[in-house]
Amino acid sequence: MAIIPMNQGLLLAGILFALGLIGLLVRRNLMFILMSIEVMLNATGLAFVVAGARWAQADGQVMFIFILSMAAAEVSVGLALLLQIYHQHKSVDADAISEMRG
Amino acid sequence: MFHWLWLIPALPFAGAFVLIIFGPRMSKKSVAIIGPGVIAISAVVTMLVAYAFFTTPPSNYAYDQQLWTWMDVSGFRPHIGLYLDALSLLMTLVVTFVGFLIHWYSTEFMQDDEGYSRFFAYMNLFVGSMLILLLGDNLLLLFLGWEGVGLCSYLLIGFWYQDPVNGRAARKAFYVTRVGDTAMTLGLLLLFTHLGTLDIQELMHRATQQWPVGSSLAVWAGFLLLGGAVGKSAQLPLQTWLPDAMAGPTPTSALIHAATMVTAGVYLIARTHVLYSLAPAAQTGVAVVGIATLILAGFAALTQWDIKRILAYSTVSQIGYMFVALGVGAWSAAIFHFMTHAFFKALLFLGAGIVINACHHEHSIFKMGGLRKKMPLVFWTFLVAGCSLAGLPLVTAGFYSKGLIIWQAKAAQNGSTAIWALAVFGVLLTSLYTFRMIFVAFFGEEKTHVEHLPGWSMKIPCVVLAVLSVIGGFFETPRFLGGVHSFSDFLSTALPAAIPGNPGGMSELGSELWVTLAFIVGAVAAYYLYMVNPEMVESLTAPAISKALHEFWYSDWGMDWLYDRLFVRPIMWFARVDKNDIVDSFYTGCARLSELFYRALRTTETGRVRWYAAAIVFGSIIFVAIVLFL
Repeated sequence: MAIIPMNQGLLLAGILFALGLIGLLVRRNLMFILMSIEVMLNATGLAFVVAGARWAQADGQVMFIFILSMAAAEVSVGLALLLQIYHQHKSVDADAISEMRG
Repeated sequence: MFHWLWLIPALPFAGAFVLIIFGPRMSKKSVAIIGPGVIAISAVVTMLVAYAFFTTPPSNYAYDQQLWTWMDVSGFRPHIGLYLDALSLLMTLVVTFVGFLIHWYSTEFMQDDEGYSRFFAYMNLFVGSMLILLLGDNLLLLFLGWEGVGLCSYLLIGFWYQDPVNGRAARKAFYVTRVGDTAMTLGLLLLFTHLGTLDIQELMHRATQQWPVGSSLAVWAGFLLLGGAVGKSAQLPLQTWLPDAMAGPTPTSALIHAATMVTAGVYLIARTHVLYSLAPAAQTGVAVVGIATLILAGFAALTQWDIKRILAYSTVSQIGYMFVALGVGAWSAAIFHFMTHAFFKALLFLGAGIVINACHHEHSIFKMGGLRKKMPLVFWTFLVAGCSLAGLPLVTAGFYSKGLIIWQAKAAQNGSTAIWALAVFGVLLTSLYTFRMIFVAFFGEEKTHVEHLPGWSMKIPCVVLAVLSVIGGFFETPRFLGGVHSFSDFLSTALPAAIPGNPGGMSELGSELWVTLAFIVGAVAAYYLYMVNPEMVESLTAPAISKALHEFWYSDWGMDWLYDRLFVRPIMWFARVDKNDIVDSFYTGCARLSELFYRALRTTETGRVRWYAAAIVFGSIIFVAIVLFL
């Protein structure tokens, strides 16, 4: 099995992260913002795995498991908040709920 | 028995502590048990200690209880220690006993007040501080009690704090006594730096050894301590706070501003009498302050219409008598008058409280009238106390104590005919304003409908004090009336007898006859002016000159006006000018600048999370760029 070169792996991770970031910034639907954050988290995880493979260390995969569990927690809280926001405002538009301004 | 001494001040403090912490959640009934209860136990302990003092006197007639060392700073080691001798024992007895009666009276008087537990907490705290003042064995502990009673006085004058007038009166009392306290602090520092201790007995011992009679240091110390005494005891020139202090609840006026706290100055001078014997100039100063105050306050009392203010000026005037006694060296006479004054003046205030309550919080005696028939018991007790204050011969306590002071003002070594004559004139004034108050308020036709008649908790203390106002005088009588000397004999272990001087042909009987004459003239004049021929008062006050004089006396010889112009306004003006000085503008500038930043930064708080995310991305990119390329 051919080893994927690190450059390409990191490039893929970078592209994924950028996509997620763009999604986060341009999307107004909170649901999609959450999904974009997931994409960014997974891109980071991918970078860890690629780096772990390059140096033949298990640490990269350990870090990915950390990220995975953290993402699970984030999603559960995020979805709960999303539901609450929808109940209160009848909307999931991130710009529509801007009461907390200075 | 003496080792229970610490309980006497500790009990009121414990009561105050419990009432402060748990009072707001307790029922009025339990507050009414705890508040007066601790004072009652304290009074009982005092009586047991007094009994032990009489039957098995401690060595040297003084008992010193060292509790613990307060602090130990390079040779300065004041103790928390209690010192019991005849003087402090007698004053403690009066304070706890009269204090208990007034607490008892307050349980009914304050019944409808929201701050019921707060009131009793302050009152207990006051009694505790007062006992520390009396029993403290060094001047620093005495000063702690001194400031404690000052604080309680402030708290209780401003008890009904919703009315800004009361708060103003409370602050005034605090500031004015502070002037005296500053002098007293300087006096303590002087004593400590030159004699190396603040323990009262040791201090007096060293003073006699190191300072000759009339040495300038002793005179300075005497005058500085006199400054403190003048502030606390409301004597000239710091007496202006006491009449305004009447803004507090009436039991407070009875306890603090008549019977106990205001006599702290008398106690201080009696306690340090050795020092004043070394400083004849300071002692003369005490007498002059006393005699001037008693005359000026007597005139001021003549013109007041508020029953409590009449009594306040009367208190100032009577403490003037005590100062005269101290000034001429008749130490025990001053304490004798303190005791009788505590009885009859407390009673007068308690009676005034009942009257004011019954007349719908009306303070003016001219709107009362005819209360004699509505409230016979209050009238009779008030009359007894009034007679005692004015000095009705032979039967009242006030006659004996005041007569003794006046006789000593002439007969003692430091006495003089001028002081004697003015003191006798003071009796005439006292008699005049007392009977004016009684005739106007209790006789004549009824002007206000009377309700809220007092219950037993208010009547019994009045009756007890009325009895004491009569029999309190029989402990010390002049030679031609039996010559009882049990009071001065008792105090002789703590206070030396007055050094006899040259009475110059005057006999004790003659002096007492003059006092009697002054009393009768005052009483008859009051009867004639306010009962028989009231028009005469109007014709007397009609001319412009007497109107102006009336106004002048009414405003307490214009003292408030003078101090306002002399001190208050310049200081206020200076404060206003000083508000915008250069140092201040620097700090204001700092505040302005940060406010500017705040306004700029708050515009970035849009509430839009996507903007925040973008800002984070932008910031991260900049940071990464800095790390990579710099």
